[in-house]
Amino acid sequence: MSTVTPAQNSNTQNSAKMIKTLTLIAMISGLLVVLTFELTRPLIAENQRIAVEQAIYQVIPEAVDWQEYRLSDGKLLVASETTEGISIYAGFNQAGALAGIASEAVAQGYADSIRLLYGYNPACECITGIKILKSAETPGLGDKIFKDLDFIANFKALEAKLNGEQSALENAIITVKHGEKTQPWQIDAISGATVSSRAVGKALNDSAQYLLPRMVNQLTTIKQMSMEDETK
Amino acid sequence: MSSRPRIKETPVTMDTFLKGIWEENPVFVMLLGMCPVLAVTNSTINALAMGIATTFVLLGSSALVSLLRRGIPKQVRIATYIIIIATFVTIVDYLIQAISLELYNALGAFIQLIVVNCMILGRAESYASRNNVTKSVVSALGMGAGFTIALLCLGTVREILGAGTLLGFPLFGADFEPWVVMILPPGGFFVLGSWLLIFALLKQRKTKMEELTRAH
Repeated sequence: MSTVTPAQNSNTQNSAKMIKTLTLIAMISGLLVVLTFELTRPLIAENQRIAVEQAIYQVIPEAVDWQEYRLSDGKLLVASETTEGISIYAGFNQAGALAGIASEAVAQGYADSIRLLYGYNPACECITGIKILKSAETPGLGDKIFKDLDFIANFKALEAKLNGEQSALENAIITVKHGEKTQPWQIDAISGATVSSRAVGKALNDSAQYLLPRMVNQLTTIKQMSMEDETK
Repeated sequence: MSSRPRIKETPVTMDTFLKGIWEENPVFVMLLGMCPVLAVTNSTINALAMGIATTFVLLGSSALVSLLRRGIPKQVRIATYIIIIATFVTIVDYLIQAISLELYNALGAFIQLIVVNCMILGRAESYASRNNVTKSVVSALGMGAGFTIALLCLGTVREILGAGTLLGFPLFGADFEPWVVMILPPGGFFVLGSWLLIFALLKQRKTKMEELTRAH
């Protein structure tokens, strides 16, 4: 329609150059990121697997082998990339028998939420260990939940018995003040880190109350599934 | 060809590298990138990892910016620099995950936040975009080393005082009561302040000495 003035012409040229530069840079950037991602993916997956494995072996002391399952709608399936639900890790001892199950629990701590993995032994109906996976508790105070040996000793055999109807825990897991522990289902808090200690107790109680009644019938399923694996 | 004024290229000297460590130290002299300096220096290993990660990003982005400096139009230069920096930060992010998940969790969001470290953007804008690749790389190495040394200065002091350990090994007996405040955020400010004080005193003394020698 109208004639193109030299100024307009140079403007279009400038825009074209800008677009070209940005496109080129974005392509180089994309290429570099994809390359790194592909190269590091197996290493990262391996690191994550090792981290999970170490945590499982720590909370189920007898375990030498493990298998991940997912619980959803009361059904337990062997975990694959597509199965949804809560992750349940079954640990097996040297003889190949079920040594315990492990699952994640979460509760609000003093700073941010505390995520932990805990092991449960069906034979003694007790919690056999915890491992803090993520926490932002205050160094020197709240972070004692994974450094204080007396506190960790609480979880060597913390009772988590189901009641007669198998609908909930017989005695709720509860954190009591430092030095006031009298029952096997009580957790002796760390003095000076009461909020963090309570959070650990709450996380365990919430998760166990929900999970254990649902898992009690599934334990035989795990045993059967692991037997089938053996025969294969 | 380029509309920008051509600066006469000076050759690469040892000074190009050393400037970043002493004279233009990004932390103690220019006070740049204070966020990671205060946040992740609660232990020596975190400080070292953060320093190396930042150096890698600085090195990669300086090299690429310098390589492409003639082709980048002035109007979109900041956007281009940010894309380049973000690319290298993402690479570092994956690499650290591949090396150690524990370290990755300890450094947390501060790895991703290297993108907005003003030291890196500052070097891209003020140095890499005006100098050739060799000079930019050497200068980036110097700046990175200066940044790492500064982080280590803070990290070591904070770990020794705040936890009584060095690189995780206990230094004192069981009777040592750690100054917990040192590994908490306030400790970062205390230690940074003390280091800045030492540097200021040193500088003051140096200028005084020079004046004295001139007077004589």
